[in-house]
Amino acid sequence: MEKKGIKIEDVHLSFGSTKVLKGVNLDIKPGEFFAFLGPSGSGKSTLLRAIAGFGPDPRGRILIGDRDVVGMSPWTRNVGMVFQSYALWPHMSVRDNVGFGLKERKMSASQIRPKVDAALELVGLSHLADRMPNQLSGGQQQRIALARTVVVEPEVLLLDEPLSNLDASLRVQMRRELLRLQRQLGLTTIFVTHDQEEANTTSDRMAVLDGGVIQQVGTPQELYDTPANLFVANFLGTANILEGRVEVDGADARFVTKTGDPLSLPRGAMSSGSNIVLRPQNISITKKAGQNALEGKILHKEFLGSQIRYLVAAGGTEIVVDQSHSSGVDGFDTGALVHLQANTSGAVVL
Amino acid sequence: MSLTSSPDGQRPGLADRLPSWLVPNLSGLHLVAVMIALLLIGLLLVPVAQVMIVAFQDPATGAATLQNFMDFFGSALFRESFWNSFYVSAMSVVVATAIALPLAYITTRFHFSGSILIQSLGFIPLIMPPFVGAVAMQLIFGRNGTVNLWLRDTFGISIPFMDGLNGVILVQSIHYFPFILINLSASLRNIDRSMEEAAQNLGSHGMRLFRRIVFPLAMPGYIAGAALVFIKVFDDLGTPLLLNVNNMLAPQAFLRISSIGISDPMGYVISVILVVFSVLSLWASFLFMRGKDYATVQKGGGGMAKRTLKPAEKALAYGTVIFILLLVLSPHIGLLLLSFGTIWSFAPLPDGYTLQNYITMWEGSKTFIMNTVLYAGIAATLDVIIGTAIAYIVIRTNIFGRKALDYLATAALAVPGVVLGIGYLRTFHQFDVPFTGEPMASWWVIIALALMIRRLPYALRACTAALQQVSLALEEAAESLGATKRRTIQKIVVPLMTGGILAGFVTSFATAAVELSATIMLVSSNNDAPLAYGIYLFMQTPSGRGAGAALGIVAVIVVAIGTIASQFIIERDKKLKASSGDH
Ligand SMILES: Nc1ncnc2c1ncn2[C@@H]1O[C@H](COP(=O)(O)OP(=O)(O)O)[C@@H](O)[C@H]1O
Ligand SMILES: [Mg+2]
Repeated sequence: MEKKGIKIEDVHLSFGSTKVLKGVNLDIKPGEFFAFLGPSGSGKSTLLRAIAGFGPDPRGRILIGDRDVVGMSPWTRNVGMVFQSYALWPHMSVRDNVGFGLKERKMSASQIRPKVDAALELVGLSHLADRMPNQLSGGQQQRIALARTVVVEPEVLLLDEPLSNLDASLRVQMRRELLRLQRQLGLTTIFVTHDQEEANTTSDRMAVLDGGVIQQVGTPQELYDTPANLFVANFLGTANILEGRVEVDGADARFVTKTGDPLSLPRGAMSSGSNIVLRPQNISITKKAGQNALEGKILHKEFLGSQIRYLVAAGGTEIVVDQSHSSGVDGFDTGALVHLQANTSGAVVL
Repeated sequence: MSLTSSPDGQRPGLADRLPSWLVPNLSGLHLVAVMIALLLIGLLLVPVAQVMIVAFQDPATGAATLQNFMDFFGSALFRESFWNSFYVSAMSVVVATAIALPLAYITTRFHFSGSILIQSLGFIPLIMPPFVGAVAMQLIFGRNGTVNLWLRDTFGISIPFMDGLNGVILVQSIHYFPFILINLSASLRNIDRSMEEAAQNLGSHGMRLFRRIVFPLAMPGYIAGAALVFIKVFDDLGTPLLLNVNNMLAPQAFLRISSIGISDPMGYVISVILVVFSVLSLWASFLFMRGKDYATVQKGGGGMAKRTLKPAEKALAYGTVIFILLLVLSPHIGLLLLSFGTIWSFAPLPDGYTLQNYITMWEGSKTFIMNTVLYAGIAATLDVIIGTAIAYIVIRTNIFGRKALDYLATAALAVPGVVLGIGYLRTFHQFDVPFTGEPMASWWVIIALALMIRRLPYALRACTAALQQVSLALEEAAESLGATKRRTIQKIVVPLMTGGILAGFVTSFATAAVELSATIMLVSSNNDAPLAYGIYLFMQTPSGRGAGAALGIVAVIVVAIGTIASQFIIERDKKLKASSGDH
């Protein structure tokens, strides 16, 4: 089947008087694994449900392929959705659950059976066809829900926090499996999550949402390395944000923190903004003062195994620094006066 | 918390060093448990067992036999009665479903401003015992009642709503449909929105979606309600008696015992059948529901998506609700008219209006009312005392056999009033009342005790719920400050349970006041009769109907006040507990 892209054009949506989506624009390519990432309440589910046809009708256009689906009933959209709760019907066997959509499409039993078998095969649960849903583990229910959705060959696949009800180890395994399945079927997929690691590890591209507004769209690496604003910088990974100003001196530019310490900026770097973003692994702790260094005092120390994470008071704020740990080497002690050496070659000023 | 451990600070004596089973450390609570057990055995288990045994005994020799059952099924009248009871119960379930299903559907699926109306509609029938409205229903829906007179004038037809079994079916289904409405609505509300959305997402909608997903998921609630309706109708004595439909099981049992006497085995055979059916339908609904706890609402799921009605749909919805409301209120309206009417026969409405019926009623039924207050008062008081004790023993102690106590008290639910009545007659006619020497079976106290046993399950539920809200920590705090178990119960537990206990009392009182099926078997003279029996007596003659209706209105008011009061008490209690801020 031909792959379909999804275009979202200036979508607004309100529940009564509360505006939940405020002008969303997105262009999701055919066959792409796309993630909506954002904190709880940011409107991810609302946007996803609007694509599937649930909730109030939005203003704007939602195109699947070149068909505008706004205003269409959910049962006519041919959009596959997997619910956070799986929503397996407890009164039907696994086989009946998976075959439900095909039966609704008026297929005969002889056509349905092989398709259901193939779908169960795809998720590796053929042997559970005759169980009832309440006899399945969380991970199995998840896979059945997935099989039930893909068996009807939808044009796009929507997943609302599909892993959130699983325990941690299963989550890692399931997200790999999801990705494998998506690649195998080549389905345009939207994956909603509030967990950046899930979004980073699975998606081709992602959109970060906050307050019903898309903050930034891009590959996981783009978003991490060059966040468009402080929200994105903070939401993806740990970010140290120092306030100050940019001083340009001919071809050289510096960022001067509010404590007056200068940090050199790479040539051609953005020359405006009052915040510099430093990732914990781009800072090192030394005893001696030097170039690009801030004076500080170690407030707290956490041993994480491969790394030691320090919390250091410096530059007018508290800075998180990760130092890789090798065995036998003692780190710095709490209370020690140190200097922080920042590697600003990739730093972003916002 | 163990009740058998020795209190702190006491040196272990010989008894403490012996294995504990050798020296049962009986506390006051053990004593209470034993007393309640004896009471339940004497007033519930023995009488019911007595009935069962007699059914299998040869009346002459006392030898074990199946002859009574063969006689029963050999008689055309009894076979017909058996079939009629079954048919009426099944049809009542069907009609009650037809009333309840649209109401449940409308309230749970749509934004509908009439939902409050439907909610209270579910209460209205329950505040009137079905037999009270039966005669009024005849005047409205009977062959020469309001509706048929109108139909005949306008269309030249008449519909036999109230003829024979139809009448029983109509009265019972109007009365008992709330059981289905309440259970079904709760079930529908418990279906997570995603269950339905998943189906829509896969291409399903409309009636197919309802049939394949929504209704099956609501089935457990429906079955629970339907089973209740079936049993209630199958066991009911008052309604068929008042409608003069005697070829059903409960009336047959009553007539055999009251006309032939307590030695006639047929009443016992019928009792066995009634009990077996009660237990069977409870068991069947239990079997059906096992493993089908479909309450699927997820965190933040919040039940099914509600839709706004289009204007035409809204009109249809209101039409349906108002029609059903009128139908459901017809016994109340009819009763009211009858109580204020002069003569009402062969006419759409009474000929004139008067207060005379109330005066006649007051003069003729002072004793009935006094008796009712006495019996229901005794029954309800004992109910909450025993209910509190059982609740405490079950929840807070590990006394051996405490679960059995709970089951035994609850088992009264499965015992039809007729059966309990017959059991009491049989059991207590062998004993005499101390001092007066009259047979115990015709002693008024027995009526109060029967009412007590019949209402105990409800009081027990109320008390259990109340105790569950009292945090164990409060009790332990008192005990750690040196209060004894008994003083803790007196000073901490019972006062905190007051709201629940009071609610239990009021409900028990109000429903005991209008109970008829056990009472009618046990009343030996009009002087000992309570209000429900009084209504029955009045309604026997056309001239007494007005006064009977007036007494019926009194009964409705008593139950209504009771229901509202207990609701009020429960709500106030909830608020108090919430504001005391333990969560
Ligand atoms: N049915 C609803 N009625 C009113 N407000 C809603 C409804 N559904 C969601 N909201 C609100 O919309 C906002 C976005 O919700 P949602 O899309 O579920 O967030 P997310 O999935 O990102 O956690 C929240 O503030 C939520 O309270
Ligand atoms: Mg969500």
